[in-house]
Amino acid sequence: MPQNKYIELHCKHYGYCLDYHEKKRKKESREAHECSKKAKKMIGLKAKPYHKQGHAEKIQIKKTIKMHEKRNTKKKNAEKTPQGAVPAYLLDREGQSRAKVLSSMIKQKRKEKAGKWEVPLPKVCAQGETEVLKVIQTGKRKKKAWKRVVTNVCFVQDGFTRIPPKYERFLRPTGLRFKKAHVTYPELKVTFCLPIFGVKKNPSSPLYTTLGVITKGTAMEVNVSKLVIWGKYAQVTNNPENDGCINAVLLV
Amino acid sequence: MAAAVADEAVARDVQRLLVQFQDEGGQLLGSPFDVPVDITPDRLQLVCNALLAQEDPLPLAFFVHDAEIVSSLGKTLESQAVETEKVLDIIYQPQAIFRVRAVTRCTSSLEGHSEAVISVAFSPTGKYLASGSGDTTVRFWDLSTETPHFTCKGHRHWVLSISWSPDGKKLASGCKNGQIRLWDPSTGKQVGRTLAGHSKWITGLSWEPLHANPECRYVASSSKDGSVRIWDTTAGRCERILTGHTQSVTCLRWGGDGLLYSASQDRTIKVWRAHDGVLCRTLQGHGHWVNTMALSTDYALRTGAFEPAEASVNPQDLQGSLQKLKERALSRYNLVRGQGPERLVSGSDDFTLFLWSPAEDKKPLTRMTGHQALINQVLFSPDSRIVASASFDKSIKLWDGRTGKYLASLRGHVAAVYQIAWSADSRLLVSGSSDSTLKVWDVKAQKLAMDLPGHADEVYAVDWSPDGQRVASGGKDKCLRIWRR
Repeated sequence: MPQNKYIELHCKHYGYCLDYHEKKRKKESREAHECSKKAKKMIGLKAKPYHKQGHAEKIQIKKTIKMHEKRNTKKKNAEKTPQGAVPAYLLDREGQSRAKVLSSMIKQKRKEKAGKWEVPLPKVCAQGETEVLKVIQTGKRKKKAWKRVVTNVCFVQDGFTRIPPKYERFLRPTGLRFKKAHVTYPELKVTFCLPIFGVKKNPSSPLYTTLGVITKGTAMEVNVSKLVIWGKYAQVTNNPENDGCINAVLLV
Repeated sequence: MAAAVADEAVARDVQRLLVQFQDEGGQLLGSPFDVPVDITPDRLQLVCNALLAQEDPLPLAFFVHDAEIVSSLGKTLESQAVETEKVLDIIYQPQAIFRVRAVTRCTSSLEGHSEAVISVAFSPTGKYLASGSGDTTVRFWDLSTETPHFTCKGHRHWVLSISWSPDGKKLASGCKNGQIRLWDPSTGKQVGRTLAGHSKWITGLSWEPLHANPECRYVASSSKDGSVRIWDTTAGRCERILTGHTQSVTCLRWGGDGLLYSASQDRTIKVWRAHDGVLCRTLQGHGHWVNTMALSTDYALRTGAFEPAEASVNPQDLQGSLQKLKERALSRYNLVRGQGPERLVSGSDDFTLFLWSPAEDKKPLTRMTGHQALINQVLFSPDSRIVASASFDKSIKLWDGRTGKYLASLRGHVAAVYQIAWSADSRLLVSGSSDSTLKVWDVKAQKLAMDLPGHADEVYAVDWSPDGQRVASGGKDKCLRIWRR
């Protein structure tokens, strides 16, 4: 193979031989005959890879021919009955297909990760740590001040056990632990007292989210159905530490 | 007996009223009667039965100014301003003599279909059960052993609708390719030729009523292609094609007066004369697709000559000559129909229902609003007094069958309610929903009677057998469940 473009340069400067193109065309058309002559004469180790290559090429050619044939004829494939049988009353309605459900699930997961929600109370003034966490002094001489008590209402899960009290940094008093919230349905305008599943996001600080502190504007998950477990998000609308109860509005 | 009642009341020194018994049609029974104000419905029943001079006492319900007398006449009148000088009209309604008990347990879960079960139907006597599915087969099930009986292969696409002939001897099934096949339940083989002609899928099938033709020869089919075809099953060919709708015909009913009603997505309901295919009337009024229709005499037309009160534990075929069957069917039909013409209720995607008297007028009698999502199915109760409508807004609403007045909402489902079925005595209603449960409702108390979970996925079809013993339900989880008491 040429190392540089000198051949091409020469052709550009001086042109091609007069019968070059014709000779080239004829040689190419003789290629099939040359191949078959070689294939007939070759034997032994040399022949093996040669024949294999030829076979692969033949298969490819056959496939393309078949594809072209199929493209020309239009055959109604009536063998397989499609899946997803629905009754007549659902046929003209595009019910939520599985694909849509999956994609909406994925979108919700993404939203959760990003922490972005369309909520009724978008901006809540953040409560500073000095308000929410009160310093308590411990130790024999009450000099140590590393423990904090949560002064707001919080939620702990079922089966919650405290870490060993000696190492506990954040104390959540049992008097301020709530399990139920009064959730209002915005369209129906009714309020139900529903058990809380967990605190999803506290807008003031991620620390509060992990602790389960519930302040105004916190998004939490509540159990909507009596029969089965069906979680939905609700946003807190009052200041529970002042009122003694959690009022929330359901997020649709 | 009446005198004893009167004596007692006098002894207790209670206010007395003059009452006049009236039946639903307005006919007076006996002459005005003097009763104490605190009379109970049981006493009223005794009096009324005595006046009716029946051999067996009928259970009756009493209504004063559309309010039912539950505890005593006095309590019902408290809420209404009633002049004690005038004669008070009490309307009595005979209830069904037999009582259907609510189904409580699932006795069997019949697997066999390899795709979702789309339609389920009991035969008119309750002897056979047929189900159509997305795996293109129609299956017959043996009810006494609750096992599969026959599998009928032949259709090449989903079996969308099935319909029993009123004598219970044939089953017509329509598929998504527009073909209709007839099957014999006792052998499981196809009867006659495949009826092909529709270009799109079959949305509904309706047989000619038994009292019009006891041989059950003609069946009508509606399709998405907008036409209605009447087929002659013995000859295996299309007798008549009724075109006129511009969009898919969603529902079809063959009425007892020789009229055929078809509801369509083009927002109209057309009334045809069945024997010559002439369009009589077009009922307009809906704002969106008309999904479903029900006739007041639907149950009587479906069961034909079978009387649910005479049902035995083991369902039997109908006995008797064709003439006898015809007479019995005609007498049952006239009883349910009452004085006036047949009434039609239609439910639509525009969240409203209309009550029509299609044989008389092309204007609706009432418009029934209240639902918050599209209405999937409406059904008259077997005694045609109550209309139940199932909707995608998760509720079932009950309306008065005569006037269309709203009665109650039955809430409990957590997803769209797909299908409902009445029990033969009109006291219970079963509903199947997208939330995979069935619920049995007590209509008189307007409350949930029984919750039937068990299906793994959406419930697409429910049916209550006419003898009242079983409920069958099928759905997306491919199994058919039978529920009994």
